Amino acid sequence: MKRRSVIAALAGLLTAGCSKIGRTGTFGGLVEGAEKLSRAAHRTLGGRRPMAREYAPADVSPFFRGNGNVDIDRPDYQAHVAAGFADWTLEVRGLVERPLSLTMEQIRALPQRTQITRHDCVEGWSAIGRWTGPQLSQILDQAGLREEARFIVFRCADDFRGNPYYESCDLDDAFHPQTILAHQLGGAPLPVRNGAPLRLRIERQLGYKHAKYLTAIEAVATLEGIEGGRGGYWEDRGYQWYAGV
Amino acid sequence: MKHALGTRLWHWINALSLIVLFMSGLNISNAHPRLYWGDWGFAPEQAWLHVWRFPGWATIPGYYSLAAARDWHVVFAWVFAVSLLLFMLAALFNGHLGRDIATRPRDWRWDAIREDVRAHLRFEFEPKQGKYNFLQKASYGLVLFVLLPLMIFTGMAMSPGMDAAWPFLSEMFGGRQSARSIHFLAAWALCGFTLVHVLLVLLTHPARLLREMITGGKADEAT
Repeated sequence: MKRRSVIAALAGLLTAGCSKIGRTGTFGGLVEGAEKLSRAAHRTLGGRRPMAREYAPADVSPFFRGNGNVDIDRPDYQAHVAAGFADWTLEVRGLVERPLSLTMEQIRALPQRTQITRHDCVEGWSAIGRWTGPQLSQILDQAGLREEARFIVFRCADDFRGNPYYESCDLDDAFHPQTILAHQLGGAPLPVRNGAPLRLRIERQLGYKHAKYLTAIEAVATLEGIEGGRGGYWEDRGYQWYAGV
Repeated sequence: MKHALGTRLWHWINALSLIVLFMSGLNISNAHPRLYWGDWGFAPEQAWLHVWRFPGWATIPGYYSLAAARDWHVVFAWVFAVSLLLFMLAALFNGHLGRDIATRPRDWRWDAIREDVRAHLRFEFEPKQGKYNFLQKASYGLVLFVLLPLMIFTGMAMSPGMDAAWPFLSEMFGGRQSARSIHFLAAWALCGFTLVHVLLVLLTHPARLLREMITGGKADEAT
């Protein structure tokens, strides 16, 4: 009993120490270094744009779990649901030559890509789904990125207690062939729990990068000054911006 | 035979890394305490194991935070993997692996193994010759060449960025969720090894062995 309490006390001490160190600048620097190192390792080992694995139809999970926000309890969104998203628009703005406002009909009329990929949540679970939608690169090319653009920011209709969900990625991921704006899951319109009518698929990163309920995409030069400044709702709450680990 | 400086440095860096990785790993486990086989899994009925929730005193940080635990885990994963690689190279070139860890065919004879097990049961741990006895060599070999690399490769297999670059990793383990399950099992196997390792040090010559792993010890003491 005595030995056990000594071990528990030691473990507690280590834990308390780590909780303190975790908030200091030096450790923050190490974390950032490790994030960059992981990203560089992934890009070096796989080449600049390795493709995420694509699966066969038989591998698809029987159900695709919804996570985070699984509905939006607001009259405007519920009206869109009732109308089958006929008037939903996606704005393309920021550092672009030609700002766009695309309806779902226009988005469905673009050349489409269908991919069966695995979704890995930061919590640890995985599900496999068949996604369909236009490549983000087509839409960005249509709008024409200005030279200063470095990141693409994704704006969403959902929020957590009034804090809007948003995400961002670099141009490497934005122009990756598997980065699509999905409006179908398993050949049917995207269910509300999975982000209807439009969600991002950014296949080489964890689930929180795959922004749902998309309302706008914005080309920017820096992530500073946008919401918490760290490039995403969860990033502003301590999660890594590079979600490939 | 003294412990080489590289061995001693690695031993303590590795011990610290494993403690931080294990405790931050328990915090990460709390985020989704279910394990699956295959490539996917998310619901209770698909799980082969419902993991218990680990209390704050056993986790890093000492409260539930997936974001902070992942920061600790990824930083020390790099420390752990790079230091293991350097130690392996050093041990290969300074002869530690070949001389002290590698077993000889005669070590694997049934009566030799039985003799070693009996000696252990009598709490006699001093090897008759060389630095380590058979059970020590076998368990160090298992940890160095199976469990520690397994932790690294199953960890890498879980990363979606790494999976795009090296899809054969998760395929080798039977899918991402299988890799996650193996990661969890191997972590507990390492925890078990560490407890037995510490227990055996305490049962033999704790002060001397600890001093030797810090200062290297006297060259003639082992004879």
